[in-house]
Amino acid sequence: MKYIVKKICTLIITLFIVSLLAFLAFQIIPGDPTTELLGTEATEEARQALRQELGLDRPVLVRYWDWLSGFVMGDMGESYNYRMPVSEMLADKLPVTALLTLLSFIFTIVLSIPLGIWAGSTRSRAVDLGVTVLDQVIMSVPPFFVGMLACYLLGNVLKLFVPGDFVSYTVSWSKCLGYMILPALAIAIPRIAMTVKLLRSSIHSQLEQDYVRTSRSRGSSRGKILRRHVLKNAMIPVISFLAVSAAEIMTGSIIIEQVFTIPGVSRLLLASISNRDFPVVQAIVVVMAAWIVIVNFAADLLYQLADPRIRRL
Amino acid sequence: MAVIKRILAVFLAMAVTAGLLCGCGGTTTQNPGPSDETTDSSRADHGNEITVGIAQDLDDSLDPNLMTAAGTREVMFNVFEGLVKPNSDGDYVCAVASDYEKSEDGLTYTFTLRDGVVFHNGQSCTTDDVIYSFETCAATSVTSAVVTALSAITDISAQGNTITITLSAPNPDFISYVSSVYIMPKGYTEQSTAPVGTGPFRFVSRSVQENFILERNEDYYGEAAKLDKVTYKIYEDNNALFTALNSGALDLVAHLTIDQVNNLSNGYNVLEGTMNLVQALYLNNAVEPFDNELVRQALCYAVDVDSMLEFTAEGHGTKLGSSMYPAFGKYFDPALAEAYPYDVEKAKKLLAEAGYENGFSFTITVPSNYQPHVDTAVVLVEQLKAVGIDAQIQQVEWNTWLTEVYGNRNFEATVCGFDASTLNASALLARWVSDNDKNMINYNNALYDETFAQAQSAADESEQTALYKQCLEILSDTAANVYLQDLADFVAVNPELQGFTFYPLYVIDMSCLYFAD
Repeated sequence: MKYIVKKICTLIITLFIVSLLAFLAFQIIPGDPTTELLGTEATEEARQALRQELGLDRPVLVRYWDWLSGFVMGDMGESYNYRMPVSEMLADKLPVTALLTLLSFIFTIVLSIPLGIWAGSTRSRAVDLGVTVLDQVIMSVPPFFVGMLACYLLGNVLKLFVPGDFVSYTVSWSKCLGYMILPALAIAIPRIAMTVKLLRSSIHSQLEQDYVRTSRSRGSSRGKILRRHVLKNAMIPVISFLAVSAAEIMTGSIIIEQVFTIPGVSRLLLASISNRDFPVVQAIVVVMAAWIVIVNFAADLLYQLADPRIRRL
Repeated sequence: MAVIKRILAVFLAMAVTAGLLCGCGGTTTQNPGPSDETTDSSRADHGNEITVGIAQDLDDSLDPNLMTAAGTREVMFNVFEGLVKPNSDGDYVCAVASDYEKSEDGLTYTFTLRDGVVFHNGQSCTTDDVIYSFETCAATSVTSAVVTALSAITDISAQGNTITITLSAPNPDFISYVSSVYIMPKGYTEQSTAPVGTGPFRFVSRSVQENFILERNEDYYGEAAKLDKVTYKIYEDNNALFTALNSGALDLVAHLTIDQVNNLSNGYNVLEGTMNLVQALYLNNAVEPFDNELVRQALCYAVDVDSMLEFTAEGHGTKLGSSMYPAFGKYFDPALAEAYPYDVEKAKKLLAEAGYENGFSFTITVPSNYQPHVDTAVVLVEQLKAVGIDAQIQQVEWNTWLTEVYGNRNFEATVCGFDASTLNASALLARWVSDNDKNMINYNNALYDETFAQAQSAADESEQTALYKQCLEILSDTAANVYLQDLADFVAVNPELQGFTFYPLYVIDMSCLYFAD
């Protein structure tokens, strides 16, 4: 109980600091929302009027306090550019990014665990070497490159899909999901390689443990030892690694959404930064930070659940 | 142990579900999926609606008085109209007004409201709406030239179905500003999110960063649009836009580069027009060494525009020579484009005369989101090397450009393009008057100021034209900037789609498009 309260306090403090930093960053970069909104032809009076309307003429800390108190009460404010409530825009875009994250997480788990177990338990030297080398290569390829390659080869050359022809989930769930498969894979591939590597070495180190030799000497088959004992122990570090991955996959979507032109939260974030659409940026930054903190917390809990020894310490 | 078993069970369950999901997903991409997609976007099955790809979202404001981005104006041209509106020849034709008259002294304009004009929300357009629109525009418009022009209105009143506007001083350009006053229903407050106008298309819906949808206005007073629906798909990325175009998913994309046209493999018709903007190496006339006219002239001689066009656009594009582009046939003087023929020796001589025989170095600040300007800057740097000038390119984000270069005038040189917000010469020339707050380059020439002021108050149109031409000559003579080109504008159109028309403004008129049977 005490632990959970402590974690929640950390969450609140982190979010507070993150939002304050994001806010202050806007004070440092040149340009304010009115420059882009009013373009090249507006008069100085029009600019001042808009600044006043948006409340930009007030001191920084007053504005921050205003935003913070609104946010705490559940009011994320209104986008300067779109004149829509930020909550409405997020409600529209979050499912897209969430779907992408979920899909890519599922791919990571489904593909990496069987592969890792196979790579860890194989007795063939050649296979082991092949897996290690391939793993190393895939691990070092960044997702955006996989994405660009996929767009070019599968999209432009083989014409299996139309890059950029995203269909919103509001129109068709299946088409939306279909379009998401490649970007999700692009994010997942390096993750898969890392998980396979981790699982493989985890299995290897378990196989060298005394208990394996003991069971062998008592006549258990190798397969039975693997299934009964080794896997359970080998999975522990992998579980927490995967949980932390969930956070990184979300942030990985920032680039992948650009590559595949997916109108999710990350694309909105980038556009809003260059528009200086501060309420939108603030809301997205806080949501992302919250997600990362919560996922890390979950990873912690999961780790403790999986390995009772940690709780005893 | 029991816990571990449970966790493994959960994993297994997830794996199985995911396996199923993947299974379905996999088949969709491999087999029926893509072919489905292609038929959907296939040109054979257009259903009298088109999909247009655009490279930027309409993220300024949809309110006609507040929209600023060229891309937004380009789309909203189909939704909003003034009492008069520009046609593709650059003339003004009646729109919400059915007729108008100008008094002898040029001080009074009488507009007759057209019968049966209905707003997109079903409301009839009355003279009250017109007066309201003029008042709102004068009070809130972000186009300062329009605000200034409207500030000369001393009286606006309605009688029956006529509206009379009285000016304090004659303004031969007044009608072009009238076309910028979009007629909106009085008291309607949702213009920035759900715009309502009188144009041939009405706004249906938008999805941020995804699409923007217009449908035909069935109650349009004039010849109705032929297309039922126009969906603008937003890409915000030129590469993604081009890939989508090349895959055949789009019916129309404008503003393509020559490279993209050359790589287009999908049987589109490619039309060539001009961007209607003045691209130049704009020089800050207030900083050293550009405060010296000789240096600016030397730069003009040192830049070979022909070979630049060859480099960046395979020779497409129009050389300018001054702050005017050819769509303004009345003012454009092709001779000015030849005023500074490429001559390295002469450039060097002028530099020596100005005291820079060893050249100098300076920075060209370029907005990084406009690739054509960046490309141009790269060629400029190479060409200037020949006369011993060392130029550096600094790419900045658009908002930074607007603040630092355009707003604070904190720059040495920049490559950008100016377009005309209204169809008149002063839209391009007013900014170079020394005390104009848009005079980014700090151009300061008494003769220019005087000539421009005379042109503004000239009552006679031919006299005015002559004076504007004189202004252009002064800009050329004093080498205010290194004038380059009006960029070529390539439009890829579905070959079944007919009627595409270029305008002298940055707009695309969707109402003239139709499918050939």
